Amino acid sequence: MAIAKRAPTDLAKQTFEYAPAPEAIDHVKIEPRYGLFIGGKMVAPHSKKHFPTINPATEQKLSDVVEADEVDVDHAVKAADKAFEGWSRLTPSRRARYIFRLSRIIQERARELAVVETMDGGKPIKESRDVDIPLAAAHFFYYAGWADKLEWAFANRKPRPLGVAGQVIPWNFPLLMLAWKIAPALAAGNTVVLKPAETTPLSALLFADICMQAELPPGVVNIVTGGGKTGSLVVTHPAVKKVAFTGSTEVGKLIARSLAGTGKRLTLELGGKAANIVFDDAPLDAAVEGIVNGIYFNQGHVCCAGSRLLVQESIAEPLLEKLKLRLGTLRLGDPLDKNTDIGAINSKAQLEKIEELVESGVEEGAQIYQPECKLPERGFWFPPTLFTNVSQSYRIAREEIFGPVLSVLTFRTPAEAVEKANNTPYGLSAGVWTDKGSRILWMAERMRAGVVWANTFNRFDPTSPFGGYKESGFGREGGRHGLMPYLELV
Amino acid sequence: MRGVRSVDEVGAEERAASLAKRSIKKSSKLWALDLAIRCIDLTTLEGSDTPGKVAALCAKGIRPKPGDPSIPSVAAICIYPARVADAKLHLRGSSVRVASVATAFPSGQSFTSVKVAEVKDAVAAGADEVDMVIDRGAFLSGDHEKVYEEIVAVKEACGPAHLKVILETGELGTYDNVRRASILAMAAGADFIKTSTGKVQPAATLPASLVMMEAIRDFVRETGRPVGFKPAGGIRTSKQAIAYLVVLYETLGAEWMTPERFRLGASTLLNDVLMQIEKERTGAYQSGDYFTID
Repeated sequence: MAIAKRAPTDLAKQTFEYAPAPEAIDHVKIEPRYGLFIGGKMVAPHSKKHFPTINPATEQKLSDVVEADEVDVDHAVKAADKAFEGWSRLTPSRRARYIFRLSRIIQERARELAVVETMDGGKPIKESRDVDIPLAAAHFFYYAGWADKLEWAFANRKPRPLGVAGQVIPWNFPLLMLAWKIAPALAAGNTVVLKPAETTPLSALLFADICMQAELPPGVVNIVTGGGKTGSLVVTHPAVKKVAFTGSTEVGKLIARSLAGTGKRLTLELGGKAANIVFDDAPLDAAVEGIVNGIYFNQGHVCCAGSRLLVQESIAEPLLEKLKLRLGTLRLGDPLDKNTDIGAINSKAQLEKIEELVESGVEEGAQIYQPECKLPERGFWFPPTLFTNVSQSYRIAREEIFGPVLSVLTFRTPAEAVEKANNTPYGLSAGVWTDKGSRILWMAERMRAGVVWANTFNRFDPTSPFGGYKESGFGREGGRHGLMPYLELV
Repeated sequence: MRGVRSVDEVGAEERAASLAKRSIKKSSKLWALDLAIRCIDLTTLEGSDTPGKVAALCAKGIRPKPGDPSIPSVAAICIYPARVADAKLHLRGSSVRVASVATAFPSGQSFTSVKVAEVKDAVAAGADEVDMVIDRGAFLSGDHEKVYEEIVAVKEACGPAHLKVILETGELGTYDNVRRASILAMAAGADFIKTSTGKVQPAATLPASLVMMEAIRDFVRETGRPVGFKPAGGIRTSKQAIAYLVVLYETLGAEWMTPERFRLGASTLLNDVLMQIEKERTGAYQSGDYFTID
């Protein structure tokens, strides 16, 4: 080149170190101790038992929350039952007005909610700010619109609400899962008792405050906190007419068993082991972004995560080279930093589960790749991880890891891709990357998965139904389909 | 060019938008602003350009902020061929280089012989760098060979001068075309590929730049020859300039963060960068009257 080379000392100085850019937290008020949200107000628990909720990035305690017992859950269900009569008979447009109000307040308090979500759950602020909270608001907004149109939504059938819905949600998208559960239930005229996950109760308790701010009639929404025991009390309570659960397949099966013969309606949104399938004509740089978004988004704590990469053998080499390069640019660290791409693992137990499965992958003979990545000393962390030389029979290719761990397999023909992709007990989602439109449709027809993304991944919209095949559960959330589980059609 | 891998429009735009959200603060912002100045090709491309206008621009380029020696000079002054001799005179003794647009800029709709002659004359007049435009008419009609051969001919005419090839992405219509034109220009010998002339809207955009940088990344992987990148047109604020630096850093890496491999074609950007540096240093915005308008 014509320009003289700079001295090496100058070159060494040319690193672009992003200075810390932490989101402010001084505008957020977290109470030292919370009660339960029952009958429209925060009440002291009968159980008198509290447990700490911590920030997984620092292991510091954020607050004490209630472990609700049988009496507490009974109070909550009774309050919901009492509110049902009034709420279900309310003029639909007035019901809509309340739900619109919830949506608007979520938008108004978005920053506060995003910070709490990140502090309590460990996810990067850019995700809670740009994905979780806006989508939660969008969900309420969307279902508010259905409230006064229900009568015309199902041809020649009359929709009736069911009663009290008992809802148990996971820790990966706390407020968003709350929205997926509560918005359609309220729009359809039901009342709810919701139990947030043990490790991430704070945004639900903040939502309780939002319900009060919106002057929602008392008892329409009730929130009880606690662990698995509290959850089972909610779903098995005799006055609960409808159960909605999002979480592990293991617990989902337990719930299904315990509800058998009770006549309660049930929807389950469980685990997944999604295939992300890249054909040799795919736009590679976009595919790399899609793979990264598919498995490293929210530290891989995503039920529909693209945890199995199926790549056509002829492009495996350049694709993996690009992918490894890209992994090196992921920024892991303080979840409150606006430039963080990968935050903290949600809990110690989850970290141990990830470590155990990764160890099994190494033992079974897969080749592990992790970019150079400094993990913070305190808190729960796991670096973005990629396994090559993976066989279909390895545990890392079959079991849901729910962490930032990708297993790479190859295929030769479209038929083989279909066969391998479907060869799993799960069936929540799949991704297809190709430049050929006809092949996208051909693949979508053959995927045994509730969602098939084409040239994108992890894209959510309240208007689109979401749910699983096989052990990934049943019932749909989102769209008109998402109303069905909360209605009886007569 | 059919063998060139395709680009996903939605994916490219999303990736660019997500990188534009990086929050660059304090020391990293100051570092980026300093680099931005060192990478600027300070540009005037008007029919009304005179020796006097060029002299003023050269003075600004050498010393963007009089009285503040910590502010570096820009990389080059970018002008029409007829003004090269004026610029050469006023830049004597400085590190600032002379870049001349050429090849029937901005449309490129002329004879190859005329273009080659223009380049030779510009280099003879003292141009260190030549910013040529590709023949979009030929490219869009499918005559990629003509575009290729013209770049080869111009590269030869450049001699020791550095060749930047302007794709005019705003006229190419698709990101697939942007990628094809990038690969074609690099294969033909471009030292830099450049987005736009600044005479067509849209000029530089972040997604088109990302697509070009990804093409460079793939070209380097194949050939081992590094090629520089220059976005030009419409970059007026520090915030925009920093977004380009972020995309550069996260696509091509730290080795590209030097004027040897990155340039920003701009005219009004410089004063905004100076204002932002002053704001970072003092915590207060200064009146526009403290920055010279040249």
